[in-house]
Amino acid sequence: MNTDNNAKVPAADPFADERLKRTHFYPRAAQLNIRDAWSAWNGYKFADYYYDAEYEYFCVRNGCATYDICPMQKYFISGADAETMLNRMVSRDITKLNLNRVTYLCWCTDAGRMVDDGTVFRLGADKFMLTCGSPSLAWLRKSAFGFNKLSIIDMSDEIAALSFQGPTSCEVLKQMGLEGIDSLKPFNIIHFPFGDSGGNRDDKPLMVSRTGFTGDLGYELWIKPELALDLWDALYAAGENYGIQPFGEAATNMARLEAGFIMPGMEFNEALKTIHFQHDHSPFELGLGWLVDFKKPHFNGRKALLKERDARPEYTLVKLDIEGNKPAEESHLYSDKRCNHEIGYVTSAMWSPVVKANIALAMVKTKYLQGDIWAEIYYVKELRHYSKTVRCTLQDKPFWAPARTRATPPLAY
Amino acid sequence: MKNYDAIIIGAGHNGLTNAAYLAKAGLEVLVVEKNDYIGGAAASREMHDGWVYSSCSYVCSLMRQTIHRDLNLTRHGLLLVPYLGSLCFGDKGEVLISYTDPEVEYNALRRHSPHDADAMFRFHTDLGRYAQLIRKTLLRTPPDPTSWRPRDIKELLWLAKEFWALGERELYEYIRFFTMSAADFLEDYFENDLIKASMASPGIIGTALGVQSPGSAYILLHHVMGDVDGNIGAWGLARGGMGAVSSAIAGALQEHGGEIRCNAGVKQILVENRQAVGVMLENGEELHAGIVVSNLDAKRTFTQCMDKNDLPEGIYEKAKNFKIRGSSGKVNIALSALPKFTGVPENHYINRGGQVFAGSLESMERAYDCWKHGRWSDDPFIESVIPSAWDPTVAPPGKHWMSNFVQYCPSKLANGPWTPEQRDQFGQSVIDKIERYSPGFKDLIVHMEVRTPFDIEAEIGLTEGNIFQGELTIDQLLFNRPFPGYAQYRMPIKNMYMCGSSTHPGGGVSSACGANAAREILMDLKRSNTVPEDDCYDE
Repeated sequence: MNTDNNAKVPAADPFADERLKRTHFYPRAAQLNIRDAWSAWNGYKFADYYYDAEYEYFCVRNGCATYDICPMQKYFISGADAETMLNRMVSRDITKLNLNRVTYLCWCTDAGRMVDDGTVFRLGADKFMLTCGSPSLAWLRKSAFGFNKLSIIDMSDEIAALSFQGPTSCEVLKQMGLEGIDSLKPFNIIHFPFGDSGGNRDDKPLMVSRTGFTGDLGYELWIKPELALDLWDALYAAGENYGIQPFGEAATNMARLEAGFIMPGMEFNEALKTIHFQHDHSPFELGLGWLVDFKKPHFNGRKALLKERDARPEYTLVKLDIEGNKPAEESHLYSDKRCNHEIGYVTSAMWSPVVKANIALAMVKTKYLQGDIWAEIYYVKELRHYSKTVRCTLQDKPFWAPARTRATPPLAY
Repeated sequence: MKNYDAIIIGAGHNGLTNAAYLAKAGLEVLVVEKNDYIGGAAASREMHDGWVYSSCSYVCSLMRQTIHRDLNLTRHGLLLVPYLGSLCFGDKGEVLISYTDPEVEYNALRRHSPHDADAMFRFHTDLGRYAQLIRKTLLRTPPDPTSWRPRDIKELLWLAKEFWALGERELYEYIRFFTMSAADFLEDYFENDLIKASMASPGIIGTALGVQSPGSAYILLHHVMGDVDGNIGAWGLARGGMGAVSSAIAGALQEHGGEIRCNAGVKQILVENRQAVGVMLENGEELHAGIVVSNLDAKRTFTQCMDKNDLPEGIYEKAKNFKIRGSSGKVNIALSALPKFTGVPENHYINRGGQVFAGSLESMERAYDCWKHGRWSDDPFIESVIPSAWDPTVAPPGKHWMSNFVQYCPSKLANGPWTPEQRDQFGQSVIDKIERYSPGFKDLIVHMEVRTPFDIEAEIGLTEGNIFQGELTIDQLLFNRPFPGYAQYRMPIKNMYMCGSSTHPGGGVSSACGANAAREILMDLKRSNTVPEDDCYDE
């Protein structure tokens, strides 16, 4: 049993303090990271890809694949005031969230600018888990000011979490013995016995939520660190005949863009990390107006958001289908082909291998959304620089949204 | 009785593509298909309980991305998945492993020959240059070099410009390349026998040429010029088998109101006053249409589905002499487990992709010698892939199916017609060979389907079972395909067209022939064009 992978770093290592932390799945992940392609997330060593980014992306679309989300931030918020406090912080109505349900939401500054987005799990009447991409302890404490019957615990290092995505994911969990997993609805949570708890049916250390960041059928698995490697091994044994493969940040970024999901640092700048007052974003700008519930009691940023809703935001995040096959990375957008009048910019772009389309997310000035949109694309071929201007078409729906993502039980893979 | 705007004969992928674009332009179209399933050679069929074979064509790389995108084939269920890893086995059991990562690939080649590892860069650069030019012609109608019509002159000038862009020295090389053998072409780059054999293998696939035959260098190019998402030379599997390509195109066709009728083989194309007016089905039923489009190969179309007297002089002979020779067989095998290959590590990225049992240039040529003498090869060349290792939908979990493409196998044997016994012996020669490289392989076999060129012709209708609907040699390419003067999809009979691989740009699951033909038809009907321009990565 491996409880602390960091202990393996030799004591004599003079750079020990500088090395990145290792996640609970590191021993397995490192073995499979054949290309030594690492990046970092919240202080953790984190795979960019393991073997081939595009291959891993296809595993998500074609078979199944795991994504180590240990570095994601996780907070337990519990106590009699927990619900009221969270409801005061986030813009969605958390009182409507039932037990063993998960919801996607965001929270804003008083000025109505987005601090971060994340998910909240209702684990009990007075117990919630909040997950998000960036450390949020300070903001949670600040938001908890005045609420006394409350505890906020940073569980980020204490929970091992693995995202498990792809069309065969449900089948593999079934093979792993998770009885009834196929009746788990999107955004629902279920607990299972695992490991030593086999005999004791009340001990259910494995939590599974039908959530993910790929737009495909998928689950997230949550367990205590002591059982992390056992979980990995059980999953990989069950998945052997179903194309299981770890995937990293590169493939995640492809999948989430096809699903139309936003990424901090790409689509939005977290408000608390933004120097210039116009460089952060409101939920309305990001197309997340549906996360803002004005019918519920007062919440952070309500007044500013109400004002913005009525005035319409200056920019709106849109999905674009772009002519040709050159990804419109960092492209500027214009209302005319001659590129005289700039109306926006691309935030993320890629060639989508499954859809066979040149797709992008982009910020476009709201008042120009009805007219033509042209992208000026720069690309390099054998060190020679080229540019071209191509037409963009607005898309309402995600580029990739197979029926299996929502169906319960999931459709046959 | 209903009078269609167009009847397309044969629901292979090109016929369906052609029909989809005509339907998209508002025409009332009907596709008639002799089999009880669609797809022709691009079909997925459950031939054994739980095993879905791509019975004929088995991988995809020439499919025009722009057509995939334009017809929304993804929405109609098509997912193309690139596969990794490729093994090439030599005569002495030595194995060359190919990797997708360039650094890893370089190291692997160096283990066989440091010289060749270096030469590979120049090889791919040259091949890439040649492929780039041909690729640009795929979704264009070839010009008629003897015509003075402005359109043909314009297209000829475009072609000339593209050729000139190669530069003078490369132009000479390119012209040489079209008539070279794969073996001679490779001689200029490589020293290692296994590397040569591995690189030469695409030069013979589907053709009745040997590695030493002039013209096989172009075949090599034809097989490697495709791409998957801009990865030139990459190969993909259609999720659910090659039938997923056909069913997705059929979905697009039906979305635009087109109809498909199965079990409706065509006995004859009806001609009145030198105009095609419809088809007579094998059951005697007559169907009428403004135009008739044949997706059958040129030989079958003119020598079997038409009255010789309806044809202008010389066409029957041209069709009769059209070079369309059967040279390949197919053995589809259901396996109870993944086969293990001697000398290949337990690396699941590479031990389950494609396998090429190439041997050496000498043994490939010897295999060809057998074909010349009307025998199947004693020691056949086999190109295999195990799609189930990548696609969870084509075999039960943990079980696999292996596609084996075999050269050479004649459509007629020297000692008489094919019999079921001889077919089994041919299949046996294939599994005997695989067993040599994978001891225990035979014990894994659950079910096996052996297809000789004779069987392929009988079922699919491809003359002699030729996968390209006619050899891809320079006398039958571009403005010579299928016959000089008839390369623009219009046939000698008014209102009759061809849209199959017998037309430019030839064989492969590309949808290009069908789309190009649709563009010409719509032009004749003065309808607005629905066929998109190609979307090359090279621009």
